[in-house]
Amino acid sequence: MLSIKNLTVNVNDKQILKGINLEIKPGEIHAIMGPNGSGKSTLSHILSGKAGYTVTGGSVTYQGKDLLEMAPEIRAREGVFLAFQYPVEIPGVSNIYLLKAALNSIRKHHSQPEVDAMDFLTLIKDKVRLLEMDEKFLYRAVNEGFSGGEKKRNEILQMAILEPKLCILDETDSGLDIDALKVVAEGVNSLRAADRSFVMVTHYQRLLDYIKPDFVHVLANGQIVKSGGAELALELEEKGYSWLEDSKAAI
Amino acid sequence: MSASTQEINNLINQEYKQGFVTELETDTFPIGLDEDVIHRLSKVKNEPEFMLEYRLKAFRHWQTMKSPEWAFVKFDPIDYQAISYYSAPKRKEDGPKSLDEIDPQVLEAYKKLGIPLDEQERLAGIAVDAVFDSVSVATTFKGKLKDAGVIFCPISEALREHPELIKQYLGTVVPHTDNYFAALNAAVFTDGSFVYIPKGVRCPMELSTYFRINAANTGQFERTLIIADEGSHVSYLEGCTAPMRDENQLHAAVVELVAMKDATIKYSTVQNWYPGDKNGLGGIYNFVTKRADCRGENSKVSWTQVETGSAITWKYPSCVLTGDNSIGEFYSVALTNNYQQADTGTKMIHIGKNTRSTIISKGISAGHAQNTYRGLVKVLKSASGARNYTQCDSLLVGDQCGAHTFPYIEVKQPSAQVEHEATTSKISEDQLFFCQQRGLSAEDAVSMIVNGFCKEVFKELPMEFAVEAQALLGLSLEGSVG
Repeated sequence: MLSIKNLTVNVNDKQILKGINLEIKPGEIHAIMGPNGSGKSTLSHILSGKAGYTVTGGSVTYQGKDLLEMAPEIRAREGVFLAFQYPVEIPGVSNIYLLKAALNSIRKHHSQPEVDAMDFLTLIKDKVRLLEMDEKFLYRAVNEGFSGGEKKRNEILQMAILEPKLCILDETDSGLDIDALKVVAEGVNSLRAADRSFVMVTHYQRLLDYIKPDFVHVLANGQIVKSGGAELALELEEKGYSWLEDSKAAI
Repeated sequence: MSASTQEINNLINQEYKQGFVTELETDTFPIGLDEDVIHRLSKVKNEPEFMLEYRLKAFRHWQTMKSPEWAFVKFDPIDYQAISYYSAPKRKEDGPKSLDEIDPQVLEAYKKLGIPLDEQERLAGIAVDAVFDSVSVATTFKGKLKDAGVIFCPISEALREHPELIKQYLGTVVPHTDNYFAALNAAVFTDGSFVYIPKGVRCPMELSTYFRINAANTGQFERTLIIADEGSHVSYLEGCTAPMRDENQLHAAVVELVAMKDATIKYSTVQNWYPGDKNGLGGIYNFVTKRADCRGENSKVSWTQVETGSAITWKYPSCVLTGDNSIGEFYSVALTNNYQQADTGTKMIHIGKNTRSTIISKGISAGHAQNTYRGLVKVLKSASGARNYTQCDSLLVGDQCGAHTFPYIEVKQPSAQVEHEATTSKISEDQLFFCQQRGLSAEDAVSMIVNGFCKEVFKELPMEFAVEAQALLGLSLEGSVG
């Protein structure tokens, strides 16, 4: 699905990612954890194609193609989805309009006809129920006046509609109370599939109580300093990040 | 400059699709303006004597005036002696009686613009008056309108057939002394539309005028007069396009609306004059005076405009709220791109009791354009209980453009309520990236964000126009990203 090899990335001439290696197979869930400033968000931005980053070395191969060569919208149409840490507001554009436009641009890319209006309504109402959202949300402007929790739910709703292959969740748990966290986690779990992979970027272990990862990687100072199974997250919760950073420094 | 700012800037290189020229034999006056030209103009249009006198009076007044300089626009002085004041496709003495007699080239030009003048092809429900350069070439559905008692014809025809109505109303809303361009228009206007809706009649279809400038080195001076008599109702649309030319062309129109007791006029404009090229060369100077008099009690006038064209727009569709309980509305989207300049807004003059006005203005500025909202809300002492709500939003696309707001509020009546809200925002790179991350191209994303911004205005437009306006906005921003 995704193969990152020795990736180095600069922001304003400062090296942020210092040689990342990561292999993600279809169906797997990988959690990327690490302290603030370790490069977690940079990684999710570079995978989704946000401007402002310079790749200085290494490669990212997605489904056999060079991901870094693709424009952000092409990545999206090819199945890369980023659930934003801070979803933006778009005044005057209704949620349902954005979703339909997004879905149709993806379908067009795959030479499929535009979605039928009735089918779309049925699909979207299904997903809205799944995420315990009010249907009124569909007709409100994108994220405008939404609470933090509502915005994050809205991200997962978009993910559920667009059915991507590689889902990147950037600090999706931040700003969520425990009930909202459960709903979001259920939404994500319902999307787990043999041909869909997840990269969950998170600071805290608590999201992993609800979405069980196959692998946990610890990012510190621009490098993956430790990888392991789900149990690594618990260890981190107990010991914090400093022991890893220290051990890395000692090597 | 970051990558996406660059993309936004690129989105601006749009193609103007109505920029073709129609090759025609024309009757065109030599360039220049003096009293002799006005005599000839009045003669060629076969006008009654009072009209010639009105024109001469206006011309003499115009000569004493100076071109206004208060607007936030820059342009070289216009040489009024270098313009031809009359140009018309050659035709028989008394004008075409049916479509068969219209020059097929002219029909073809309108067809290319998507305005077939053949009634069979017209969408049912809209009657069209087509003004080509200085003359009206066709008016459709005249018969059907006549059955309802509605008069919809070129103003030059109205001057001959209904001189009493013209005499009674022309210049009563915008006097010939009003401003520099209105005075010039009164002296040299050539054609435009005339509408009279009799008492109690709800006009059975939308009326529209489609203005086309074709000839080079000519000015277009159109005059529109709409009278809605007591209890009547009319919805009127206008559209405008012109060929691409390197020199600037002047369009100085005057529109007067009169709404009597309980009458409603809805006036919608989609203005897409040639805006000049991406370096600011050429384009139309759109210097227009539009004003409505809500003369009767409970009358209502609603202006909706979508302004995407013209090198310079100078235009303030206004309402004089004379009648008690009368209502004035102004909904505007003004988009400027490349080197376009717009200074546009409205005036709401509250005179009658309990008069109400609403102003919703959306300015979008891209490229190197300057976009100004200028508005006046004036409440006279007589207007007890008057209310105004103004909302004035600006959106910047890219970082080379400007948005300006000059709201003037004068209130002489203590019971009046006047509200003013204003915002300025920028399409953020985060918004753009968010949309792209959902699969939309940068171009579609900008178009979607801009359309969302304009939503409150678009919903005021008649259905078909709303669709056209949205498409036009997309077009006008085409090439500005990606």
